[in-house]
Amino acid sequence: MTSLPSQKQLKDLTLDHVSVGYDGVAVVKQASFQLHEGQIGCLLGPSGCGKSTLLRAIAGFEVLLAGEIRVDDEVISSPSVNLNPEHRHIGMVFQDIALFPHLTIAQNIAFGLTQWPKDAAQERVRYLLELVGLSGFEARYPHSLSGGQQQRVALARAMAPKPKLLLMDEPFSGLDAKLREELVPDIRDILKHEKMSALLVTHDQMEAFAMADQVSIMSKGEIHQTGSPYEIYHCPETRFVASFIGHGDFLAATVCGANCVHSDLGTIRGDLDHGFEGNQQVDLLVRPDDILHDDDSEFVGTIESKFFRGSHFLYRVRLVSGKVVYCFASSHHNHGIGQEIGLSVHLDHLVMFARE
Amino acid sequence: MAELSHSRASNSSSWNWLKTAAIVVAAVLALPILVVLVNVLIGDAEVWQHLYETVLAEYVSNSLLLMLGVGLGVLLIGVPCAWLTSMCEFRGRRFLSWALLLPMAMPAYIIAYTYTGILDFAGPVQTFIRDITGWRYGEYWFFEIRSLGGAMTMLTLVLYPYVYLMSRAAFLEQSANTLEVSRTLGYSGRMAFFKLALPLARPAIVTGLSLALMETLADYGTVQYFSVNTFTTGILRTFYGFGDIAAASQLAGILLLFVAMLILLERYSRHRIQYHASGLKQASNRRIVLNRKHTGLALVLCGLPIVIGFVIPVVVLAYWAAFKADMPGSNFVQLAWNSFYLASMASLIVVSLALVLSYAMRLNRSRSVKASVGIAGMGYALPGTIIAIGTIVPLAWLDHRIIDFVRQVSGERVGLMFSGTLFALLFAYTVRFMAVSLGAVQNGLGKIKPSMDMAGRSLGMTPFKVLTRIHVPLLKGSVLTAMLIVFVDVLKELPATLVLRPFNFNTLAVRAFELASDERLTDAAPASLMIVLVGLVPVILLSRSISSRSGHSQ
Repeated sequence: MTSLPSQKQLKDLTLDHVSVGYDGVAVVKQASFQLHEGQIGCLLGPSGCGKSTLLRAIAGFEVLLAGEIRVDDEVISSPSVNLNPEHRHIGMVFQDIALFPHLTIAQNIAFGLTQWPKDAAQERVRYLLELVGLSGFEARYPHSLSGGQQQRVALARAMAPKPKLLLMDEPFSGLDAKLREELVPDIRDILKHEKMSALLVTHDQMEAFAMADQVSIMSKGEIHQTGSPYEIYHCPETRFVASFIGHGDFLAATVCGANCVHSDLGTIRGDLDHGFEGNQQVDLLVRPDDILHDDDSEFVGTIESKFFRGSHFLYRVRLVSGKVVYCFASSHHNHGIGQEIGLSVHLDHLVMFARE
Repeated sequence: MAELSHSRASNSSSWNWLKTAAIVVAAVLALPILVVLVNVLIGDAEVWQHLYETVLAEYVSNSLLLMLGVGLGVLLIGVPCAWLTSMCEFRGRRFLSWALLLPMAMPAYIIAYTYTGILDFAGPVQTFIRDITGWRYGEYWFFEIRSLGGAMTMLTLVLYPYVYLMSRAAFLEQSANTLEVSRTLGYSGRMAFFKLALPLARPAIVTGLSLALMETLADYGTVQYFSVNTFTTGILRTFYGFGDIAAASQLAGILLLFVAMLILLERYSRHRIQYHASGLKQASNRRIVLNRKHTGLALVLCGLPIVIGFVIPVVVLAYWAAFKADMPGSNFVQLAWNSFYLASMASLIVVSLALVLSYAMRLNRSRSVKASVGIAGMGYALPGTIIAIGTIVPLAWLDHRIIDFVRQVSGERVGLMFSGTLFALLFAYTVRFMAVSLGAVQNGLGKIKPSMDMAGRSLGMTPFKVLTRIHVPLLKGSVLTAMLIVFVDVLKELPATLVLRPFNFNTLAVRAFELASDERLTDAAPASLMIVLVGLVPVILLSRSISSRSGHSQ
């Protein structure tokens, strides 16, 4: 085992104002973020936002127009430097899985292990197959496996040479919802167990929240915000992030103090200063869990529509002012459409954007 | 995703040589058609006037009638057989569904003179009639095979598989549900067929029909042998007999017009096929089970084209070859060797160029590369006669320039370097058969998804290793198929070989045709049989893919 080409663990992946594009037109503009050892990062955004392009640039399949990509302070991509993909020690899992159909499962996984001694490679294949729960599938061919099994093999193949970083391009989008629900936590566990740094691309926020330690929200080629899923949801920094992540409505509001606004929900005081000036016109973000059903409340609204979610109801409620907002209620509170219900506002952290 | 279509090699500049190669290949392969077109444009009105007054009407009407007759014939055989073998269940269906392809192995000129040998005055059929009735020459009517009607019949017999193949695929793709929905909406089975199944399959049927008609227009051997004057025979007669390139090109120009219309028709219907397919690739597994009487009818309907189009001619050819043919063995070996190495060389060249074009297209999606591939694939619709003329004219011009030049410089005399040699022949084959090989290679390359290249690279492979460890093993099958198809097509090809072959150089096809033209039908049998047998190989491959597909649906 001594002659193994050992890879040091990744310390940091740094993207520094990276622009990528075709024929001089930037598809990704000035993207910056860092990913640290053992973290799972995620690029989340609607389709066509440039997230897959950015991922391929990190893998070395796209040339940069500007900026640089560094791995542990070594520049691997810049307009003048482009380390070949095969020299980056960055593994990749693809949306269309891309197993080699002419090779067995074992041969597929061993594909990147040509430099390894034979028995070490065999041991690595055995270990990985066990890790992804497919022991005994060594001699099978990809076409005889189900979609979920193929995706596990693809993961094992990418992890086999012990890459510094694993990239995953929409790895679950080809699978059905039930399978995805099972596979996502499994794969997170595997990555964490192997202390593998990984970067995932997806358009599905539930997938992003379930997998990632750190999420970067992208839109139209730009990274709007990078942070933990909790931060992204509760402290969106741009209007796009606020509307793209989760449910919510914007309410017109007027600033009435350092931590206070006036709106259709009444005067609300947050627990922190919001940084806007007095009397400024703003839009206040209201999430479903900010307005709860409360039979004792004087503040009422009329139910417009309702969605039964098993453990709870999600109501669309028309306020007296005519504005419609979400309201959360336990599933015991079953009210009919058109009924008036009491509401209580639980807004501690004010998320606001200057009126456009 | 749209983003995927942009995938390319990281260092795309190094693929520029491939792009250049693709453009050069396309330009060279476009030469013959350009030469013909230019000659049409610069040809003078006098030639045109002369053609118009003498032969044009006959060529046009014969070619049109031939297309009409063959068109009807292939539809009447191809569509019902396709429907029966795809939508009905009866004993022998699986056998028939691939055996119906067998006549594809039979070149039209070979079936033509085989039936001439069987049906003409001295043949066994008429002799038998005379023997039992005592009638003598002129005292009875018998179908004259050497006629326009005969040519229609012969071409129909070998070209219906195009319609059969395309419409069968279309019927299989129609989901049983579509038809069942129509039944729940009150349509009878018969109405469902005419109102739904047939219109849905129409684009595919039209595609098959236009392919069959292109072959009809390109046919030279059959019509020449039957003395039916069409464009192809006229072009060669004008060119050979009178050495009149301008007139030959004018005729070729009109023929090109016909071909162009067929190409448009084919492209248009192919385009529409994608809208008509159900998207579900499963074949309907609920076939209509035929009762005894109908099974008999189906067997006769589907069996006849096979018996007449393949079994009888092959048996007769085998009988002639075994007992009647007078051809020295050494002679035959020489012919077979000529054909073999010509076809091998052609398939090597064509498939190599197809690989260059396909990789250029994969790695460089610029418009110029796409256009180049399109142009390089145009030749499949061009009749061999036109390609032959378009090849020999520029090559002869080049040769004479070279001869003049050498004589001026050194005073020596040199022979023809291109036009009278195998070079011309191989060039013409490349033009004619590039499309089939491109199709097969691109089909194979398309299955290697760009993400597989990227997976290989991210696992530490250099581009060269990706090529050898992923592409070569995955592409091997398609490349071999492409080579096989080109090989067989070259073996069967007649008019271009006839015009362009070097002096005293014969192939199986040419010799068979010459012997038949000299009324030595039985002596032509060994060469013909050989062509048919080799031609069977790709047909069997095709049949196997068909029966494995219908096997999945069980």
